[in-house]
Order: sequence, then structure tokens, then C-alpha cells
Amino acid sequence: MEAACAVLMKRVTKQFGKVVANDAVDLELRRGEILSLLGENGSGKTTLMNMLSGIYYPDEGQIYVNGKAVTIRSPKDAFDLGIGMIHQHFKLVDVFTAAENIVLGLNEGGKLDRKAIALKVKEIADRYGFDINPNQKVYDMTVSQKQTVEIVKVLYRGADILILDEPTAVLTPQETDKLFAVMRNMKADGKALVIITHKLHEVMDVSDRVAVLRKGKYIGDVWTCETNPQKLTDMMVGRAVELNIDCPKAVKVTERIEIQHLTVKDKDGIPRLSDVSFTARGGEILGIAGISGSGQKQLLEAIAGLQVCEPGSHILYKDEQWNPGAPADNLENRKHVHELIGKSPLDISKMGVALSFVPEDRLGMGLVANMDLTDNMLLRSYLTGRGIFADRKKPKKLAETVVDELEVVTPSINTQVRKLSGGNVQKVLVGREISMDPTVLMSAYAVRGLDINTSYTIYNLMTEQKLKGVAVIYVGEDLDVLLELCDRILVLCGGQVTGIVPREEATKEGIGLLMTQFRKEGQAYEQSRS
Amino acid sequence: MSSPVAEHSEPLIHVSKRVGISRGKSWAIRGAALVLALVISGLVIFSIVHLSPLKVYGAMFEGAFGTSRRAWVTIRDAMMMLCIAVGLAPAFKMRFWNIGAEGQILVGGIATAACMIYLGGSLPTPALLVVMLIVSVIAGGVWGLIPGVFKARWGTNETLFTLMMNYVAIQLTSYAVSKWETPVGSNSVGIINQTSRAGWFPTIFGQAYTLNVVIVLALAILMYIYLKYSKQGYEISVVGDSENTARYAGINVRKVYIRTMFLSGAICGIAGFLAISGSSHTISVDTAGGRGFTAIIVAWLAKFNTFVMILFSFLLMFLEKGAVEIASRYNLNNFVSNMITGILLFCILGSEFFINYKVSFRHKHS
Repeated sequence: MEAACAVLMKRVTKQFGKVVANDAVDLELRRGEILSLLGENGSGKTTLMNMLSGIYYPDEGQIYVNGKAVTIRSPKDAFDLGIGMIHQHFKLVDVFTAAENIVLGLNEGGKLDRKAIALKVKEIADRYGFDINPNQKVYDMTVSQKQTVEIVKVLYRGADILILDEPTAVLTPQETDKLFAVMRNMKADGKALVIITHKLHEVMDVSDRVAVLRKGKYIGDVWTCETNPQKLTDMMVGRAVELNIDCPKAVKVTERIEIQHLTVKDKDGIPRLSDVSFTARGGEILGIAGISGSGQKQLLEAIAGLQVCEPGSHILYKDEQWNPGAPADNLENRKHVHELIGKSPLDISKMGVALSFVPEDRLGMGLVANMDLTDNMLLRSYLTGRGIFADRKKPKKLAETVVDELEVVTPSINTQVRKLSGGNVQKVLVGREISMDPTVLMSAYAVRGLDINTSYTIYNLMTEQKLKGVAVIYVGEDLDVLLELCDRILVLCGGQVTGIVPREEATKEGIGLLMTQFRKEGQAYEQSRS
Repeated sequence: MSSPVAEHSEPLIHVSKRVGISRGKSWAIRGAALVLALVISGLVIFSIVHLSPLKVYGAMFEGAFGTSRRAWVTIRDAMMMLCIAVGLAPAFKMRFWNIGAEGQILVGGIATAACMIYLGGSLPTPALLVVMLIVSVIAGGVWGLIPGVFKARWGTNETLFTLMMNYVAIQLTSYAVSKWETPVGSNSVGIINQTSRAGWFPTIFGQAYTLNVVIVLALAILMYIYLKYSKQGYEISVVGDSENTARYAGINVRKVYIRTMFLSGAICGIAGFLAISGSSHTISVDTAGGRGFTAIIVAWLAKFNTFVMILFSFLLMFLEKGAVEIASRYNLNNFVSNMITGILLFCILGSEFFINYKVSFRHKHS
């Protein structure tokens, strides 16, 4: 497998202020191979790739493309060299079709020849096995289809060096398999591919070679066939790491939140949740699986009092005095069941319901990006205490505790949270929510974008809360993790519950099927289990 | 290869974001900007009008602080500017672009003038001052409240709304002027209660404007504390940063919008009270005189820190008074001073770029 060298980066260094994001990194990428770029958060993977795609300019070092020394000053230069990057966040115009998005910004002279474009798109699609309809509007597309458009867009421009930044974060297992098949086709065609991912099993599955970065430094590369996830993790972290999620048996299980016929419509009147019913129990982790945008956000927000729910919906909170054994018509017992529908977040906390919520949008909802750690701790407690002034002493202490216990990397507790890296932002948020001694802890994509080490910290925190008797609701995207971490897994598809599977019966394939099984009539779940 | 391999040289200048800068260094950059502004203005003055820049600066200083009377007028006007900027601070901190200070000042002024005219004979001045303060607070507050309510309820654009409210206020003022004009036909109100001085700010320690200074400085200090330490101030910051986070934290976003806009308008209303009762003793459509807009610059330059606003209020007033002086002394028109103001603001605003970004040149070795 002696392949030509497509890209060679030599002693490339990039500094942001005092932070060295890349420290004299050497990287080689060959034609006809898929290279995995692996590293913890903040290890400099994206920075390195951004220098290749012209977004950043290296402070030092030299980049060679096809053996020639080049200077990449802008994304356009990168395109001219045949380098294309598919970013985590898609950059598509919603009201345009796939074909229109693909040619957007090409500045080709003459008339816009839709037929010729469609033909060329079709040709690319057939060559690599993409499933794409050139005339479909982007707003009609699933996440996976949008990603396809992004990849075809890059190929259309003649790229033969492709960089994919965490492409699988938003895909179902089936879609991921499809993507990998396409990637293998491109590889066979002689293209050079780089994939950035945190999921080790995907690294093992798709790549030929793995390059590891740690704290901005290049650690080394290994052939995928000669390594395993444990070895890779050790390389990445720099020491041996335990790669098991502990899932102790649930204890003190009691019903905590019962959801009945929950229906939520968005402002256009389109149902985002239809007739969702389930019970979350204290002392267990309820996992919620589904393609992103299947109603997970609305579900958690409805419980938190942030969504308007349709009539007939019930969210019943059963407090600690509630007796599960009492008959349904026991009036005394009913007093301990509280309806949360129609209550604002403030009402809910005033009712004494300790509801913690780690939302998907950390800086846009869970935290105030421009405030420091102390003021962000204050967010949940600023109303406590008498008088018109906010008490910052306790939040300050809490900030110090969180920084200490969760090993948050920050210059000080007076640093604005937007200046922290993704993993540290998440630790601050999770730390604050757990400090509230919740009875219900909801989290959405708590480990999205986090490295292995931080992810395991978060998993352990969830399990710790479960053992305390907290009802943990965990919305996740990595099915392997859901299967290991959760006691039960609820699957959402198109705003409907397509199944609630206990851990013992759950398989990755079964869940994956449920995730795409939109139920029109009756129960699709029963068929899928066979 | 089919793709053309581009041969590029390294770009000459890199701009990169700074990660934290020491306070001393950032103030040094600002100081350098000020010096640069003075040098550029000096060159411009010399090349256009062939006057010694030092002489011109000296004349400007004399115009602003040359005599005790001039100094007090400068102080009075700087206090007025500060008052408006303090009023804008909570709204802007909430990212509510209140450009309706002009109108809020005018309605505060109308309310004040009405009290002076209708109650001047029946109430003793101290009681009258209290009544005028309250009435101007309510008038300005309501003027701010209206766009606040619309934004909170229906999500209207506050920029257009507050701007339009200015024109309504100007028309109301025209109406009031024509109703109260003395002598009839002059189309001006004239000095109200010129002989009785009812509703005028009293002379304290021999100065007519002591009360202006006391009121405005008190407001500046209270606003600083309110924004920085109070629960409501915290709510304002959260809403300004992210409405979603505010809702998540259980903050009633609508209530915060409405409450804060009342407060913002109310303080601008007090500015109207100061303009009528504490300085001109008359009302016209020029009572606000564009200061509602200039104060936006003051508020922004100070980054909503009310203490820094004091500095910028004085700077702008100094430039304005100095401009009038050099215009009359050297037979220049106001444009020269406007140029100086422009150069100064350009340099100060430009310095923020160098505080936030680092500029480095091409490496020598390549």
C-alpha cells in the first residue's frame, strides 16, 4: 500500500494569545487512505485542519500539497489546491435546492444551466453511491441528506483531499454506515480523506491509519489494524484510562414524573411531540434515543416549563411523600402529585420541585456566555435571600467547588464562560445543575463534542445521581453509550414514542430501527423486536 | 494534477484575536489613541487654516473652562449628557436599542413646564420641584414603557418604534409651545415664571447648577449599583445576553423588558426636568437638541459603566464648547470643530480594535 503523499504538514505551529493550539505538528496524508485524527477536546485537531482549509494561517511551519510547498491564505486557496472541508455546522441556504447550494459561490460565467449541473451532480452521486436528489430543497432534507449535499458540494469543486469534522455526530447508525460506505468508495477512487471523530469504534471501523494529537502536540500515528480502542485512548490521554461505563443496578426505584398524552406544537402549528406518554423513575437513568430533531428538545423543555403544551397533556410530578402503594382515589396521596403543565420555570421551582436541566444549547440557554463562572452559578439562585441585592458569596464558593471537583480548566472563576473550551463549559453547567440537589436531572447531549475523559466524568456523574435516587433523563446520540449507561431507553421518532426498551432487551440494531420507524397506525415496536 | 497549484507569498499582515489584555496595556492603547487624535487634528488644523494647533487647543480650553461661568455651563451640559446616558444604560445593557431618549426628554420637559405654568403660583418651590420630578419621571417612563410593552407582547422592533416616538414627542412639544406661547404670536414660550422664579432650581452655595450636579451624580452612582449588584440588574444582563437563558432561569422576560424600559424612559424624563427647571426655564422643540443621540455615543464609549460616562460626557461637552469658541474667535465655522470631534472619536473607537486584536507583520525569514 505504497501511496503518494497528498498533504504533508511540517512543524506547523499556531498560537492563540498564550495558548499554543498546535505545537510543531507534523502530519502526513496519503492518497487512497482514510486517516482518523484523534485527540481530546482542545488538543488542536480542528485548528490543524482549519489551517489546511485556509481558515487559519499558521504562525510557523510549512504545508506541502502533492509534494509542492504551498501557502494557503484563504478557503479559496484551499479549494484551488483541491482541499475541501465538511464542517460540523452545515452552511447551506435553506430555500435553495441541493443543486443550487452546490453551485453557490462558484462564480462560473454564463447562464445558470440547471440541467448540466443536475447531470454533473448525478454523475458524482453515482460514482460514489450518494443518495441525492438535486432538485430537493434543503429545508425538506434530513440532517444526513444535508451532509450529503455538503460533501457533494466539495467534490463538485474538484476536491480530492476531504476533511470531515465529526461527521457522524448527528447521524443514526444506519446513516453512519451509509456515510462510511461512501467514504470507502472515495478512498478507492484515490482521494485522501481525514475524519475527525471522538467515537473510537468508528475510528476502528472506517480508517486505515490513526494520527493522535495531545495538547497541541503530535503524538504519533498507528495503523488501525494494529491497534485497539484501549491503546488509542491511552495514546490520546497520555495514561491508561478505564473504558467501562459502570451501570450499577437501579436502587430505590420510585415513580417520579409521569407524562400522559403530551402534545407540543411549534409556532407554525406543526406537532413536534404527539401523544407522548411514559414514566421517569427516581433511581434510574432513562435514556432517550432518536435522530436529532425528533422532539427531544421539546420533550425536555416541556418538562422544564419552557414549552406551551396542547390541551389534554399532563406532566405529573410525584414528590417524595407520594406513596406508590396507595389507591388511585386516595385524596391524601393525590396532594403529592403536582401538575407541571402551564407552570413557568419559576412556578415549578417555587413548588419545591428540584428540577435540573442541562440543555442542548449550553451557551445559548444553560449559561450566560458573557458572564463569568460566579455569575453563571448565580443564575439558579439569584432570587434567594432577602433584599434587592443578589448574593454572590455562595455562588462564588460553588464556582470554586465546581472548578475543583470537576477539574475545570479556567484562568479563574472571573473568566467569561464563552472563553472556556466546550468540555469545560459543559462541566460548569453540569456542576451547577447537580449542585442543586435535584430530584429530576435532565440532560440533552451532555457529552456532545466532549473528549473521552470528560465524557466518562459526565457518565459517572449521571450514575452517581441515579444512585442518590434522582430520576435521570439522558438524551444521547451515541447508542453504544446509551445501551451501557441507561436502565431503559425510550426511542423517539418524528415526535412519537416508537418504543421503550429495557436495557436487557435492547440491541443497537433494534434501537436504530425504532429511530426511523415513524408510526402511522398501531405499534411498530412489536414488529421491530423480532 | 488538474487543480492549479497556486503560488502565493505569505500575507503581509495577520490579524488575530487577543486572549486577554492587561488593564494597563489597554489604557495605554487608549491614551496613545488620544495623543494620535490630537496630533492628526493639529496637522489638519494647520494645513487647512494655517493656525498653530496649540493656540487652537488653548482657545478650545478657554471656551469650555475659561471663566467660572463658562466652566459651570460646561458642567451643567455635561451633567445633562450624563443623565441621558445613565438613562440609556439599563436599556442598552438589556440590548434594547432605545434611540428614543430625545422624545423621552421632551415629554419629561413638557410635564415639567406644565407644572411650572399651572402650579407655579399655588405651590412653594420645594414642593413644586418634587411634583415636577415625579411628573417628569412618569411622563418619560410612560414614553419608554410603550415601546417596551410592544416589544414584550408582540416582538416589535424597538429601534424603529423608539425613533418614531421621538417625532410624536416633537409634535406634542409644538402643540404645547403654541398653547403656552408668550407673547402671543412669538411661537415661543419665553422664560417661564421669570419674575417669581417658581419651579426654578434654587441657587445653592452660590451656584445655580449645584442641584443638577447632585441629582445626576446620585443617579449615576445608584445606576452603577443597580446594574452591578441588584437582582434586577442581574436579570437585565441575563436578558440582554440571551432571552432563552433568561427563560430557562425562570426570569419573566416580558416583565424585565417593560420594567427596564420604564426606568430608562424615566431617567431620560428627569433629563427633561433638568433641561427645563434646572437650566433653560423654557421649552421648545429644540430642548433635547440631539443630545438623546449624542448620549448613545457616551453610553457606548463607556461600555455602560456610569462612572466612565462622566469622563466621556465632559470630553464631548468640552469639544462642543471649545468648538463654539474657536469658531467665533478665528472666524471659522463649526465644521473645523466637528472635524476635531470626528478625528477624536475615530481614534478612540479605533483603539478598541487594537485592544481586541493583535496585528503582526510578515515574518522576516520567509
